Amino acid sequence: MRGTKVIQALAGLAGLGICGSAYALEWYFREPGSRLAADVDWLHQMVMWLILAIFVVVFGAMFYACYAHRKSKGHKAEQFHENTAVELVWTVIPAIILVAIAWPATKVVIAQKDTSAPDLTIKVTGYQWKWGYDYVKGEGEGISFLSTLATPRAQIEGHEPKGEHYLLEVDNELVVPIGKKIRVITTAADVVHSWWVPSFGAKQDAIPGFLRDLWFRPEKTGTFRSQCVELCGKEHGFMPIVVRVVSGEDYTQWVAQFKEKAEKSAAGDSRNLSTQELMQRGEKVYTGNCVACHQAQGQGTPAMKAPALAGSKVTTGPKEAHIDTVLQGRANTAMQSFKALGNADLAAVITYERNSWGNKGGEVQPAEVAARRK
Amino acid sequence: MSAVVDTHGHGHAGHDHGHGHHGPYGGIMRWITTTNHKDIGTLYLWFSFIMFSVGGTMALVIRAELFEPGLQIVNPDFFNQMTTMHGLIMVFGAIMPVFVGFANWQIPMMIGAPDMAFARLNNWSFWLLPFAATLLILSFFMPGGAPGVGWTMYSPLTVQMGIGMDFTIFAVHLLGMSSILGSINIITTILNMRAPGMTLMRMPLFVWTWLITAYLLVAAMPVLAGAVTMTLTDRHFGTSFFNAAGGGDPVLYQHIFWFFGHPEVYIIALPGFGVISQVIPAFSRKPLFGYASMVYATSAIAILSFIVWAHHMYTVGMPVTGQLFFMYATILIAVPTGVKVFNWVTTMWKGSLSFETPMLFACGFLFMFTLGGFTGLVLALVPIDIQLHDTYYVVAHFHYVMVAGALFAAFAGVYFWIPKWTGRMYNETLGKIHFWATLIFFNMIFFVQHFLGMAGMPRRIPDYPLMFETWNKISTIGAFGMGLAQVLFFYIVLDTIRNGKPAPQLPWEGADSLEWTHLPTPVPYHTFETQPTIR
Repeated sequence: MRGTKVIQALAGLAGLGICGSAYALEWYFREPGSRLAADVDWLHQMVMWLILAIFVVVFGAMFYACYAHRKSKGHKAEQFHENTAVELVWTVIPAIILVAIAWPATKVVIAQKDTSAPDLTIKVTGYQWKWGYDYVKGEGEGISFLSTLATPRAQIEGHEPKGEHYLLEVDNELVVPIGKKIRVITTAADVVHSWWVPSFGAKQDAIPGFLRDLWFRPEKTGTFRSQCVELCGKEHGFMPIVVRVVSGEDYTQWVAQFKEKAEKSAAGDSRNLSTQELMQRGEKVYTGNCVACHQAQGQGTPAMKAPALAGSKVTTGPKEAHIDTVLQGRANTAMQSFKALGNADLAAVITYERNSWGNKGGEVQPAEVAARRK
Repeated sequence: MSAVVDTHGHGHAGHDHGHGHHGPYGGIMRWITTTNHKDIGTLYLWFSFIMFSVGGTMALVIRAELFEPGLQIVNPDFFNQMTTMHGLIMVFGAIMPVFVGFANWQIPMMIGAPDMAFARLNNWSFWLLPFAATLLILSFFMPGGAPGVGWTMYSPLTVQMGIGMDFTIFAVHLLGMSSILGSINIITTILNMRAPGMTLMRMPLFVWTWLITAYLLVAAMPVLAGAVTMTLTDRHFGTSFFNAAGGGDPVLYQHIFWFFGHPEVYIIALPGFGVISQVIPAFSRKPLFGYASMVYATSAIAILSFIVWAHHMYTVGMPVTGQLFFMYATILIAVPTGVKVFNWVTTMWKGSLSFETPMLFACGFLFMFTLGGFTGLVLALVPIDIQLHDTYYVVAHFHYVMVAGALFAAFAGVYFWIPKWTGRMYNETLGKIHFWATLIFFNMIFFVQHFLGMAGMPRRIPDYPLMFETWNKISTIGAFGMGLAQVLFFYIVLDTIRNGKPAPQLPWEGADSLEWTHLPTPVPYHTFETQPTIR
């Protein structure tokens, strides 16, 4: 809304003066990337204009009284304290204004809830602390991957300068085609998360054990970034959502490439790996999935009920128990099931855990992980 | 109330007591054993101030961490503990007790009663609080620390927490018990102990708002106790109220919590409305406009507050009819709230206004609480809320209501009544500095958070993308300024008690409730042992 934007711009300039920050100031909704987001934007502007009008009337009266009806100016108090007609009017008029607001809002609500007849259905699963994406129906059916924060720890802890997309970058972006109706089904594996892409006006809590849905139809290509918006534990601030909208052809190409890559890694999943390969790959998987709780030196986080892995019974005891823990997780803790990862990745990370920080637990091969899957 | 032990050493001027200075206790035992509503009111007020300082310090830790992107001061786990405890302590430890403190001091004096109806129960409702606060603080020293789940304590995240969570649950039980006992006392006092002639519709509006608030407390607090007890059994006794794998539903917790949580908003706000309804007429030298409609509007708000809870949950995925129902019910609340604001402004209209510190805070309340109401209207609309839910916009909104609303009303009340309580005047210049500093720094903290929310910054994150840096810097600077302003407030109160000039009998010429018209300043320890007859 223009009026608000002017006020906000002035406030922004004042802020700049105070801080001298080099970064652009964001003070309004992001540029809408779908019809729904544009509708929400319009609704917000409409309401803000109404509010501005009410604000001027009510506080115009208050500040005028503060100025003109002062004791220090010799104003004598009148003693009226009731007027039924006036009181009736200012009950009825706001009620009418509210109906005027509710009407267009209702239309948007109904549109927002209509998830029928999608072109593409994607299931989104919230994990502590990453997102899982499964293409359930439509072009690309069967594609499935995890999406984890790609910002290095060193940037978060201030050892390296922060990149442009600090905290808003992931290893695997969600890719969707432009102009198609995308239905997103949300759920979660552990606690409540919330999946949100502001540019599409799409937000839905991901509730463990239940399915909910939302939809959007992207109208612009490009990369759209956001974060988990429901407190989900320690790393809540570190599980971004990145959606890349591409043209129809690019999408078809992406699907083909993804499937090809998946086949290759499936083949790799059954092949035995050398100790060095396992350790190198394991360190990468560990950094992406385990380090937040179990820490870089395997010392664990007692506050999270995340035990130390250095010298623990699991990492130095029988391999089967270790594999089962990783495959099935631990109930009522942030230790979830990691069976969404491939056998090779799991074998690698288990090997890494069993042979780091002074542990000597022997190596695990992908076939052994495959054997423990149920 | 001849059973009341009288042990204090001041303020008997003008009142001849049949029984006098025969109390067995002095010093600390006076406060532990007291059944005097004024002593207990004082205890509530000081307890509230201590908790306000503790919760405020936690807010400063949060803001310091958010001064710039990256993790600098605390780790994410401790950050979550801070946001959780800041919320719980401010809501249950600071804002609710401060108004119970006002209720204890003022209600008996305003209705011409000698004390509260259940004097010993009154002592007990206060003394539960320090134990609850101790449990909350102790949770920091448990293995795993305090819970990092947010003050809303959503399941199933609560199941993952350490033993600190159980401490918090028991603390909530104690706080709830204290509130319920206090409310029973307030309801009984107001309904049974009014002086002859003090009909319900002649009661000062502060008493009315507390009567309605007390009913809200009795209805809502057991619901919260139920929610946290279910959490407790889910954690330890294998139940599955909120666990889908056992047939439960995590969203059920949210429904139960907010069935308590929304009335709670008005539990916090209504007594503040009451204070403002005393202060504005006094400094306008003009009776409150629309007294009857104020009573009806307050009742309407209270009733509506029970049917709007799910507007805190628009994003959990309700059916469209559910979303529409809660949206319509929520925007309906704007009507009675609007009536109240119009009445306050009209009370000022053509009055004879003066702006001492209580009136400044009342005007600050009126202006900024209404801003909080406007953003409430924005958030009531489902499509916009879906964009703003769980962002800093919501943080800004509820701080406008809780701080610029309830806290400003509390400051107005303290400055308004402190001459009556202590017999001494506060320093007007310092009071005005306190007001302006609080107003400016408050807006510096929270106005910019609207922008953060609209631009997409989620709540409860210890670190944030670079584009949010500037507003966060401004907000943090404001937070430290506001903290300093409250140190000044502490000084003002101490200075009043120790060095304040003796207050005149009627320091505010427009004040007309019984405590001003029928009682000397400072008030004696026992008042209205013989009830006055009103007109």
